[in-house]
Amino acid sequence: MADPITLTIDGRQVKVPAGTLVIEAAKTVGIEVPAFCYYEGFSLQAACRMCLVEVEKMPKLQPGCTLPAAEGMVVYTESPKVVEARKGTLEFLLSNHPLDCPVCDKGGECELQDMTFRYGAGESRFVEIKHHVDEKQWSPAVYYDAARCILCYRCIRVCDEGIGVGALGLTYRGVAAEITPSHGDHLECDECGWCIDVCPVGALTSGTYRYKSRPWEMNYAGTICTHCSDGCKTTLSVRNGEVIRANNRDRSGVNGEFLCVKGRFGFDFVHSEERLQSPLLRKDGNLEPVSWSEALAAVAARFGEVKARNGKFGIIGSTHTSNEENYYLQKFARQGLGTANIDHHRSGDVPALLDALSGKTGKLATSADLYNAKAALVIGSDLAQQHPFLAFQLRANFRHHQAAVYTVTSGVVREEQYAAKSLHCEAGQELGTAQSLAEDLKKHGDLVILFGDAIRGQAVRQLVEFGESLGIPVKYVCLVDYANSRGAMDMGLLPNLGPGYHAAPAVGLSRDEMLAAADLDVLWVVGSNPFKTTAPAGTSTFTVVQDLFLTETAQRADVVLPAASAYEKNGTVTNVCGEVQRLKQGPKVMGTKSDLEIFGLLAKELGLNLGIWTSDKVFEEIRRTVQGYNVPLPVIATGGAAQTAAVNGGVPQTGKPEYIRSAGDTLFTSGTLGRYSKMLNRVMEAPGQLYKP
Amino acid sequence: MTFSPELEAKFAKMIQNYPAGRQKGALIPMLLFAQDEVGSMTPELLEEVSKRLKVKRVEIEEVIGYYTMLTREPRGQHHVQICTNVSCMLTGGEELYQHACKKLGIGNKQKTADGQFSLEEVECLGACSWAPAMLIDYDFHFNVTPEKLDGLIESLKKTQ
Repeated sequence: MADPITLTIDGRQVKVPAGTLVIEAAKTVGIEVPAFCYYEGFSLQAACRMCLVEVEKMPKLQPGCTLPAAEGMVVYTESPKVVEARKGTLEFLLSNHPLDCPVCDKGGECELQDMTFRYGAGESRFVEIKHHVDEKQWSPAVYYDAARCILCYRCIRVCDEGIGVGALGLTYRGVAAEITPSHGDHLECDECGWCIDVCPVGALTSGTYRYKSRPWEMNYAGTICTHCSDGCKTTLSVRNGEVIRANNRDRSGVNGEFLCVKGRFGFDFVHSEERLQSPLLRKDGNLEPVSWSEALAAVAARFGEVKARNGKFGIIGSTHTSNEENYYLQKFARQGLGTANIDHHRSGDVPALLDALSGKTGKLATSADLYNAKAALVIGSDLAQQHPFLAFQLRANFRHHQAAVYTVTSGVVREEQYAAKSLHCEAGQELGTAQSLAEDLKKHGDLVILFGDAIRGQAVRQLVEFGESLGIPVKYVCLVDYANSRGAMDMGLLPNLGPGYHAAPAVGLSRDEMLAAADLDVLWVVGSNPFKTTAPAGTSTFTVVQDLFLTETAQRADVVLPAASAYEKNGTVTNVCGEVQRLKQGPKVMGTKSDLEIFGLLAKELGLNLGIWTSDKVFEEIRRTVQGYNVPLPVIATGGAAQTAAVNGGVPQTGKPEYIRSAGDTLFTSGTLGRYSKMLNRVMEAPGQLYKP
Repeated sequence: MTFSPELEAKFAKMIQNYPAGRQKGALIPMLLFAQDEVGSMTPELLEEVSKRLKVKRVEIEEVIGYYTMLTREPRGQHHVQICTNVSCMLTGGEELYQHACKKLGIGNKQKTADGQFSLEEVECLGACSWAPAMLIDYDFHFNVTPEKLDGLIESLKKTQ
């Protein structure tokens, strides 16, 4: 970096690196230069004229958002001339603005409102009739009210540069100018809704939130998105116990402001009419609603009886439940019920990766590494579809640092638009094809390799060997499917491995083997839907299901216990990069209990002593016993992410790789949760076929 | 969609004028020449240009919306544009425009029933020194009087 330069802003000395914009230089000393069109991280526009500042020896006011700071520059950001200019700009911006703030969604959190309050164009000299355009619906998610639009281009830039879709443009000119969607009258895009969030006024509004609430009437819960494994922070806006909006305007969490359609709109499964709100017990062949005490007693009675006669249990855990719940469940299974048959739907071979990296440190990439690495290699995953945030990180890295991205996939992927090199191969040939890139990869300073379920078992070890042979620092990400897929493995929901990938006392059955076993006495399925694809072999198996919905599995159960979703509980989850983050309870759905509470009550009913079942207490135990989870509490308590590697040493048995397969979700599907999200099903791009924006 | 061999040749040559990777620059001339042949900015035309120049559809929409010379409505065989901006207005541009409306029996951005003429009131044509000015297709006419306008229109009618 060039030598820092010194300039004076409002009488204060500011030292910034050369090339810094005046607006950013001012920020470093706590001076806010107001701007509508300027948006950190995106291309410069200088469209709104709100950031005009006075610079000594410059004849006219200068836009602070495009003016690079120069040595000895003297800037005034609040001089009478500047204030007058801003007042004029506002008067102009308001000349056609409908001023319908009392009913506008943005009222109370509107940048135009704030600026008008501050620089106060209390009256207007315009006498002309305001130009009115009716509002338009572009998609179930996005509405546009042209009259409110101040043409700042923010939405256009985040869509084009940030998401890489470019579904928005600006057509016509003068008073008729307005934002236009990709297909004339409607949008075909990722439906991520970022355009709505960045809109400084109420021109773009959200299909789920519009005209429902005032921003100060809601409670906000910053939690982690419960769909894919990327672990984006999403802040739920909750009114009267109902989630009506999700966004991340405070840019907390690993994802900053980024969210995909699932994070921003996919929360509506929480309030689906099909949520289970009462336990169900099979009586005379039918599932009938019963009280919690009756249902728990029935489960405990059967569990106790089977345990007493040394019967055969099978337990399938979830990829959406918290680390605490997963830890408690495996403890319940191993200590409480004395069974080794515990597994979950495995979608990536993390144990093999950790084993291959045995003894090495700093080899697991964080999500921030994807933004900072010089190069990245994506193997066997359509990242933009399956890991929208990781894809966003790579795209931002390319945009800001010209990172070289390589892809090795069986089909066309969106990363190819900017990739340094893209190779297509037959499924199963990914490893060999990736190895052919060795000479290209060696050129770069460092590398992150991301691989999907195509690389598993022995192939993971070969991939790591290949990576380590390149002679440059390489980090790895083993892609897994769901919000806590990684946590399920770290917490020992594996037939052969306990928490922290320690060898389990005994090796049990894998998920597929449990389903195929005809002699299971009890099958306990927590937040998973295995019967959707595989019919169970056991005909007399007593099946207990904890879920949000009456899934294919729950329909065949003997007892169904209504569980709370991740948005309704506290706890921690671990994302695909091994980053532990905190869940915070937003809404509460009547009649449900968190899985942890259900485990605790069942343990009590059975007379088992498995410890206190509050998430904080269980997390304390995890921190004590699982290596790497001793993460700094202040970091996660304040909404940050702490990376962990649950093992650093050989993994005794990495399990059967043949049972590892990704569910292959896309941008608009998300397993069971996605099926019950109206918004994910209403958008025309659903059900998630690859579309070409 | 395909264009006439002459137009294809023109496009092929035009694209050579731009440095590699910047073929996008040919967008406006390409749209304009294509419009002359096709008659208007049809959806098929947009699709074709979008494909050839690797430009997003919405970017073309932006250009069409901005430039009045590109139109979605088919025009007449001859497009008459009359300036009513300051210099022309002071020297009779308004009257000239009104006269043209009466003469052709149509209003702004309309087309005669026989499809021969369309009319448009435009801003500055860059000919203030010779106001009032007008354009018929790509031909420029200055110091226009209502009589001169009548003559031009009649002669065009005859050549049909």
